[in-house]
Amino acid sequence: MSTPLISDAKKRWQQELAAAPSRPQPATTVSGLPIEPLYTSDDLDNFSDEKRLGYPGQYPFARGVHANMHRGQLWTMRQFAGYGTARQTNERFRFLLEKGQTGLSTAFDLPTLMGLDSDHSQSRGEVGRLGVAVDTIDDVRQLFAGIDLEQVSVSMTINAPAFVIMAYYVAAAVDGGFDPRKLRGTLQNDILKEFHAQNEFIFPPTPSVKLVVDVIEYCTKHVPLWNTVSISGYHIREAGSTAVQELAFTLADGMHYVEQCLERGMNVDDFAPRLSFFFNAHNDLFEELAKYRAARRLWADLMKNRYHAQRESSWKLRFHAQTAGCSLQDKQPEVNLMRVAYQAMAAVLGGCQSLHTNSMDETLALPSEHAATLALRTQQVLAYETGVTNTVDPLGGSYFVETLTDQIQQQAEEYFERIEQHHGMVAAIETGFFRREIGDAAFAFQQAVDAKQKVLVGVNDFQQPDEKPLPLLELDESAERDQLQSLEQIKKQRSRDDVRRTTDELKRVAETGTNVMPALMETARARVTVGESMQVLEEIFGRYRLGAAW
Amino acid sequence: MSLRLDSMNETDRPQRIVLAKIGLDGHDRGIKVVARGLRDHGFHVIYAGLWQAPEAVVQAVADEDADWLGISILSGAHMTLLPDLLNLLRQQGSGNVKVMVGGIIPEADIQKLQQLGVTGVFGPGTPMEDIVEFLRERR
Repeated sequence: MSTPLISDAKKRWQQELAAAPSRPQPATTVSGLPIEPLYTSDDLDNFSDEKRLGYPGQYPFARGVHANMHRGQLWTMRQFAGYGTARQTNERFRFLLEKGQTGLSTAFDLPTLMGLDSDHSQSRGEVGRLGVAVDTIDDVRQLFAGIDLEQVSVSMTINAPAFVIMAYYVAAAVDGGFDPRKLRGTLQNDILKEFHAQNEFIFPPTPSVKLVVDVIEYCTKHVPLWNTVSISGYHIREAGSTAVQELAFTLADGMHYVEQCLERGMNVDDFAPRLSFFFNAHNDLFEELAKYRAARRLWADLMKNRYHAQRESSWKLRFHAQTAGCSLQDKQPEVNLMRVAYQAMAAVLGGCQSLHTNSMDETLALPSEHAATLALRTQQVLAYETGVTNTVDPLGGSYFVETLTDQIQQQAEEYFERIEQHHGMVAAIETGFFRREIGDAAFAFQQAVDAKQKVLVGVNDFQQPDEKPLPLLELDESAERDQLQSLEQIKKQRSRDDVRRTTDELKRVAETGTNVMPALMETARARVTVGESMQVLEEIFGRYRLGAAW
Repeated sequence: MSLRLDSMNETDRPQRIVLAKIGLDGHDRGIKVVARGLRDHGFHVIYAGLWQAPEAVVQAVADEDADWLGISILSGAHMTLLPDLLNLLRQQGSGNVKVMVGGIIPEADIQKLQQLGVTGVFGPGTPMEDIVEFLRERR
């Protein structure tokens, strides 16, 4: 009886729609997915709650990985910090904990990220600039001095030398009296996205992944609460990918790690629960939250059906989100506060487990204390004032959100097939498949901005000629000098015999293909530098160079 | 951005530009977009890639007989690395190449770099057309 009424209504709506004016910009997501003017139950053909949605905390986890999501525990507010020497970063860590932050997140400087010591010629000007400089275990001890490592969870964002830093961290923690079985935190340790996007790789893909697996294997046995890899789409997106590419390439990376662990003879249910993810939170609210929902559903399906994991915790995709640095503008930088707030809301509505909100001044400098505080306050407003935490997956069942979630999932699955056609992960890296896809998307985005098909407030519209500059953080340029001095001291004081003995052992272990972690804990204790440990391995594994596919 | 025929008619040969990243940062989204955009606008672009040592950059400028050198740096180490590079260019007899810089460069440093001989500095979000126009006006 009601059907003809509905179809009359629909007909009228279609007529009115055809006659109504539309704004000139095409209605697509930030990534270019076309969006219909309206979604109805017609779009959800064959929609079955049970299969596509399930209940929160249950397969396929579209609605979240916990039964009560943010009604129970809020996400961890984890602001990325680090600059100068370990002493300076330790002070910032304590400041953040005092302000109510609930986890630590360590930024390392570029030399450390590239496995170079502070006294390397290529490190000049970069020591302690974008993060903390770590050369030896002394720096690691100083970095976490006075912090209870069994209570505070620690995230370390580092990749090419991740296994070295992790070994140094565990050695420092154990020597400091902490129980490794109680250490909690996350190591980024995701080398694959470095080849796709962020460019902080050193060894070729195959040995690089072997070292990732070494960390997974070691931690599974000895540091069981540690999240061994943070499989990251964030940097892929920052390099200009679409949301679908971010999702697809990240999960493909995850699959590769899982397969390599299985190849090593590990049991999937022993390591899979400690794989975590890291996604970007970009401008398009619905595209982003649909992306997270699709991510959970895809991963659950892969883990359960492709890799035959039995434990529910192996099926759950848990993720950290960070608002999109690449969306921030240097024009009218205070407007970035609003961008960050909406992006953070997408991450929370999408069910994130932890979140970093960028500071408004990040296109200009490292965050000032004022800007960093506002970024944290943004999360606190979201958590305590907006009401978005009151119910689980509030947008689940929306015609639009469910359709978009399906579309994103389907397009990601098409990418999985294309990667297969390129003969798998390593071959696709070596032939430049990922870099080409991402580069094309980045270029298309810039063209759309230049043509004003995409409006960026303050950049290609709503400009403001007489802007007042923001007060920025003044970097203490003495960090480099201080770090060089203390490194020189350490090199003088340490025992040459210990250095030789432990590095010889590291070399032997690496050549035989055994797990390098225990040997690295000994180089750490002999105060062998990160750069020296990496150098030993580079002589064995070689250095990767980008081919024609830049 | 299709190839513009008019850009080819301006003189006998397209302007030649070497693009390179110096220092350790791997942020190459911007420089790759610029490389492609300039190529599509008829420039002859040589992209030297990531982590270039100053000596290698200077060599590329000479080898390629470049009119322009475009340096991208987003790590904040520009005031350490760029003055050295500019000195080296002069010492090696390539002091007449015009230098532009892209990246996160604070206002105060832009003036210092210009005094050191940098012709143009472009921040994030600069439209492609602005860079093209800038290069054409100063050929």
